[in-house]
Amino acid sequence: MSIGPSEHPNRAPGKVFADGMVAALRSVFFYVLLGNYVGIGALAYEFGFSLGWMVLSTLLVWAAPAQVILISTLGTATLVEVALAVTLSSVRFLPMVAALVPMLRHEGGRQRDLLLPMHLTAISVWVEGMRLLPARPREQRVAFYNGLGVGLIMAAIIGSAIGFYLAARLPPLFAATLLFFTPLALLMSSARNSRTLLDGLAFGLGLVVGPIVAAQKIGLDLMWTGLIAGTIAYVVHRVREAKAKVTP
Amino acid sequence: MTFGMEPYLALILLGFLPSEIWRWLGIVLGRGLDEQSEIILWVRGVATALIAAVVARIVLIPPGALASVPLSVRLAAICGGFLAFLLIRRSAFAGVLAGEAVLIAGILAFGG
Amino acid sequence: MTATMADIGPVLALILVGFLPNEVWRLLGLVLVRGLDEKSQAIIWVRAVATAMLAGVLAQLVLASSGALATIPLGVRIGAAGLGFVAFLIARRSVFVGVVTGEAAVMLGAYAFTP
Repeated sequence: MSIGPSEHPNRAPGKVFADGMVAALRSVFFYVLLGNYVGIGALAYEFGFSLGWMVLSTLLVWAAPAQVILISTLGTATLVEVALAVTLSSVRFLPMVAALVPMLRHEGGRQRDLLLPMHLTAISVWVEGMRLLPARPREQRVAFYNGLGVGLIMAAIIGSAIGFYLAARLPPLFAATLLFFTPLALLMSSARNSRTLLDGLAFGLGLVVGPIVAAQKIGLDLMWTGLIAGTIAYVVHRVREAKAKVTP
Repeated sequence: MTFGMEPYLALILLGFLPSEIWRWLGIVLGRGLDEQSEIILWVRGVATALIAAVVARIVLIPPGALASVPLSVRLAAICGGFLAFLLIRRSAFAGVLAGEAVLIAGILAFGG
Repeated sequence: MTATMADIGPVLALILVGFLPNEVWRLLGLVLVRGLDEKSQAIIWVRAVATAMLAGVLAQLVLASSGALATIPLGVRIGAAGLGFVAFLIARRSVFVGVVTGEAAVMLGAYAFTP
């Protein structure tokens, strides 16, 4: 296998970073993120946040479900409730980063070089990284992943600015359509990622339990919904596993 | 900016947080692998249910321009989108497109 | 426990309940794979961030005081905090001495400088 110039081990780090950004531009996720964040930007506008805050949230949080939770609940819920909901929504970052690190490690690599890739990790960045990193020499992977992450985060920022701007200027019909994009996108992506009964059941129960719990006006309704519906789905999953073991 | 007692809460949390993380980490690591995968499964269920609750919240307590759209139209749009997703090879793109189409049709037909 | 975003502003809220709970999981993923030496780098960074935020909240408490504190002139508040800190340093880093000195300074200052 011949090595092309872009995979040459001595390629300058700046060029490798640029390679990553080019990969981001060519990725389908660039446009998915762009579209997703148009909806989220519109949401931020309608809930009264500034564009600066929206961009800051993308830079600091970089997780669509967490950002949607922040936007839709910060105005009304207490900080503790929001913190709990955000904490629960972001657990998947743990295994993602844990799976990423072995791919980035190389001889002479500094530990703090892993911090930026860690922060840039989101589902799209991670999926593309897992796909593209094996082809690159180890010494280049951190720079490449950083370029990839920065490129994709830029898609989100551009999308959110467009959504914010549009929501402010479009007539109500289009603004409503824009706002509705976020719940639709969250539903479809959760449905597509649900491979097991546990996932599907948890989501379905969450849809039903959510409004019921919210109507009780007890506060922390997002957290309770997650705990109640998620635990029921988990218990059902365990019961089925136990039955499968007993009846061969 | 005005303050009440709340910044003191922030102070306690911020001083408290860094050390607690490592204590819990030790507990989790000490429990062994089997417990960890079960815990991960449960947490995944909780996180998924949470996202569902957020979706329900936006549909049922809509902000801004969505608030003037009738509830039945919003519900029909979500269901229509999901149906299209199931029917068209589990395509998220088709689901979103169909959901938006139903919403637009509903707004034009029933006002909003 | 009933603090909302209205109490601390959207940016501080974003950092406290958006960035922190979210980033914790990424950090844990890194630590679990021994990507970081958890006894040094991560703890040092987290403590640095937490300390910096603490300092920010402290500064706002002194500078943008509400309620009874607001009737005390700004210069007195800053001066009292400074005096308290100096006393803390002089008394071999005694928290007690620092707090007592700061309190005494702010009370004296309030008495002396209130119109």
